Amino acid sequence: MLFFSYFKELVGKEVTVELKNDLAIRGILHSVDQYLNIKLENTRVVDQDKYPHMLSVRNCFIRGSVVRYVQLPPDGVDIDILHDATRREARGG
Amino acid sequence: MSWSGAEDLFLSTSLASYLDKKLLVLLRDGRKLLGILRSFDQFANAVLEGACERVIVGDLYCDISLGLYVIRGENVVLIGELDLERDELPPHMISVSPAEIRKAQKAERDATDLKGSMRKRMEFLDLE
Repeated sequence: MLFFSYFKELVGKEVTVELKNDLAIRGILHSVDQYLNIKLENTRVVDQDKYPHMLSVRNCFIRGSVVRYVQLPPDGVDIDILHDATRREARGG
Repeated sequence: MSWSGAEDLFLSTSLASYLDKKLLVLLRDGRKLLGILRSFDQFANAVLEGACERVIVGDLYCDISLGLYVIRGENVVLIGELDLERDELPPHMISVSPAEIRKAQKAERDATDLKGSMRKRMEFLDLE
């Protein structure tokens, strides 16, 4: 559940989601669920010319299973807190 | 399971806020389906009414109508809400008939196959 909680903290921030089919989408993180499905708002595709069909998509739902990376804003992570939380979770809560 | 109120609905990751809207569904094999979302579940299985497949080859495109479709969730990559204020495609793209798009698809496939076979034949050169 750690990454679920972690992504919930990032709601409202701008992220870039790169999918396993190489499509990369930038947008405001609207919400995330336990499968790490992601909803983005105000989206734009990084390589728009290659994906003309995405032109009018402004909001989207991305299935968690197809995500390769999520690129975060530089101030998006407090490494110390994440580190502590990881150890706590590894000890079993 | 209870239905959540309208205010949580728009905060959640569920597809409920996309119900009855025109959507673009990208599938794992690269297909693009358009239609109105009528139902879904936690696996992203989805029912599209008035579905069509948008085939794009270069600057040509064609919408091939399919009817009522149930999409198995594992094939879904992305579900996008289409902004009706915006153009769905760039203005330079040309709508063609299903027959023409099939022809263009075949030409593209043949070109890729040829490129593949040329590369194979040239392998002994050990380029790089």
